[in-house]
Amino acid sequence: MQSQRPSSWYAVPAFAFFGLFAALPMVLVVYLSFTSWQGLGTPTFNGVANWSRLISDGEAHASMGRTLLLMVVSWAVQTPIALLIGVWAAGKQRSRAVLSSIFFLPLLLSTAAIALLWQALLDSNFGIFAGGPQFLGDPDIAIYTVVFVISWQYIPFHTLLYQGAARGIPASLYEAAIIDGAGRFGRFFNITLPQLRYTIVTSSILMLVGSLTTFDTVLILTQGGPGTASRIIPLHMYITGFSGFEMGYASAIAVLLVVLGTALSVIVTRATGFRAMSSQQEGS
Amino acid sequence: MKIWALQDQVLNPIEQKSIDSFKAAGGNGSLETFGNDPYKQKLRVAIGSPNAPDVFFNWGGGNLKEYVDAGKIADLTPVLDQNPELKNAFIPSVMDGAKIDGKQYGIPMRGMQPVLLFFNKKVFAEAGVQPPKTWDDLLSLVDTFKNKGVQPISLAGSQAWTELMWAEYLLDRIGGPEVFKAIRDNGAAGWKHPAVLESLTKLRELIDRGGFGDNFASVGYDMGGASTIMAQGKAAMHLMGSWEFVNQQDQSPDFVKNGDLGWTAFPAIPGGKGDPSNVVGNASNYYSVTSDSKQLDAAKKFVSTTLHEDSYVQALIDAGDVPAVVGVEDKLAKAPNADYTTWIYNTVKEAKHFQLSWDQDLPADDATFMLTQLQELFLKKVSPEQFVNAVAAR
Repeated sequence: MQSQRPSSWYAVPAFAFFGLFAALPMVLVVYLSFTSWQGLGTPTFNGVANWSRLISDGEAHASMGRTLLLMVVSWAVQTPIALLIGVWAAGKQRSRAVLSSIFFLPLLLSTAAIALLWQALLDSNFGIFAGGPQFLGDPDIAIYTVVFVISWQYIPFHTLLYQGAARGIPASLYEAAIIDGAGRFGRFFNITLPQLRYTIVTSSILMLVGSLTTFDTVLILTQGGPGTASRIIPLHMYITGFSGFEMGYASAIAVLLVVLGTALSVIVTRATGFRAMSSQQEGS
Repeated sequence: MKIWALQDQVLNPIEQKSIDSFKAAGGNGSLETFGNDPYKQKLRVAIGSPNAPDVFFNWGGGNLKEYVDAGKIADLTPVLDQNPELKNAFIPSVMDGAKIDGKQYGIPMRGMQPVLLFFNKKVFAEAGVQPPKTWDDLLSLVDTFKNKGVQPISLAGSQAWTELMWAEYLLDRIGGPEVFKAIRDNGAAGWKHPAVLESLTKLRELIDRGGFGDNFASVGYDMGGASTIMAQGKAAMHLMGSWEFVNQQDQSPDFVKNGDLGWTAFPAIPGGKGDPSNVVGNASNYYSVTSDSKQLDAAKKFVSTTLHEDSYVQALIDAGDVPAVVGVEDKLAKAPNADYTTWIYNTVKEAKHFQLSWDQDLPADDATFMLTQLQELFLKKVSPEQFVNAVAAR
């Protein structure tokens, strides 16, 4: 007997939701990017003026560079830490459950709360490092402070991914390796890491695209400052759109963000062979 | 009738009360309030839509001008002409804040908020010095306080508008109000006026001299920010809007109670074109009427009858505000903090010119760009020349 596939009508709510809240706004933003609109009256078509401005806008380029830096550094910081804690948390140690719940605490806090918390802690006059390095006030340090806070917030989430994946690695692989005489490091590099390959890809895409579009933490923590030292591209878009009310130009930046974000995840999935999605498990 | 205003714990109930009494007299109206940034965004989207308010709070100046240019604001000049008593009820330099191309588009509805130089009397007494009268006084005070290990001037440099106050005063003192007026009315090329460069060079000297200390870039104007630094004696002076008084009372009550909070006018610059009596800041806030309002007459009646009413003015004074209404000297003298409010009142009344904050007086996109450049100037990433070239090229 042939199993009945669900009728395609079942997809209607999902499509309607996606269309209304993702596709439609995106189409509108593309339209707005070819107009001049100060938020008042009706948008007037101005051709590619916004786009040629984007090409020559030094501040946009600098913001782009900062976004890239933020992306790369926060990936490089988060991945090893999350991976190690995740693998460790997948084990059966005695203190594991208690320590893991402590590690996961930042996951329970909202972004705004975290940003305000660190802003107060790092205050240059009344914070814990008052009189020391100016983590939020020094233009050369501020962006790394942002990386730190973002990492502090998101490492627990990625740890969770790695913990789950590490638990799924068949014990028989380790048993075989032990018989073959593999040590702790040998097992980690020859079994755990290769087995977590696709988790690393998933987590990396989430981190990279996440950093590309990160916004709230920076808005609250530094407002892009000091000066423009931590003004990343989404914040540049926000300031252009909602302080300067140049909605057309801000839309062009938004379109660029969408394109970059999509391209990034496509490139990462292709480059890592993620699309093949072959299972590494026994019996497949 | 929908009336929109900026959220304010103290002033909203007073505004509500005046709406209530307007209702009792046969009118109608309901007050909606919003926080600062959301308000600006919401207003932008709403004006010109069917959800527009009938009467709305604004800051006057270039910000209001954008709405006027889009044809969204009702001209109140005829109302004033029919009603000379209303026209003469307010201080003229404050009325000018909502005057665009000779027409009146708003009526003052909250207190006047000039920027003045606050100082910590105790710190000054310990150093045996007097508040500055001239720019040179200020520079020598910077050296004095630095030698004593006190930050000369407190600055909430993470927010560009606090830095802007310095640039506004310096340009007004050196070049007079006409220089900025030309920038606003005739476009960005006006930034090339030599007075702009001269004033920014002076500002840069003050920064280089250590006037603002070295960690202002991360200091904010929220709880525990620039005001607290001065109240605790870590800094000697603080250039801020007149609301600073109430803010200090709130956050550092003992500092104000002990009489340690001093205030004075921005120092004069001998040889400058600007009159030393000139002030900068927010002249006031205004109620404007949208031209598409379905209840245009009621809205006009509301703004023309309730804002100079005795009970409303008295309530503002009781709340610590200094209304832009003429002849309230006696009322101010009887209210708390009479010496402070009277000083503010007289300063504005005697000012030859009230320069509206540049970020309110320029269109939003130019203002945003200029503020970013100014922050870079304070961080020494941009020189005064580069600032001028960048903003003039917009």
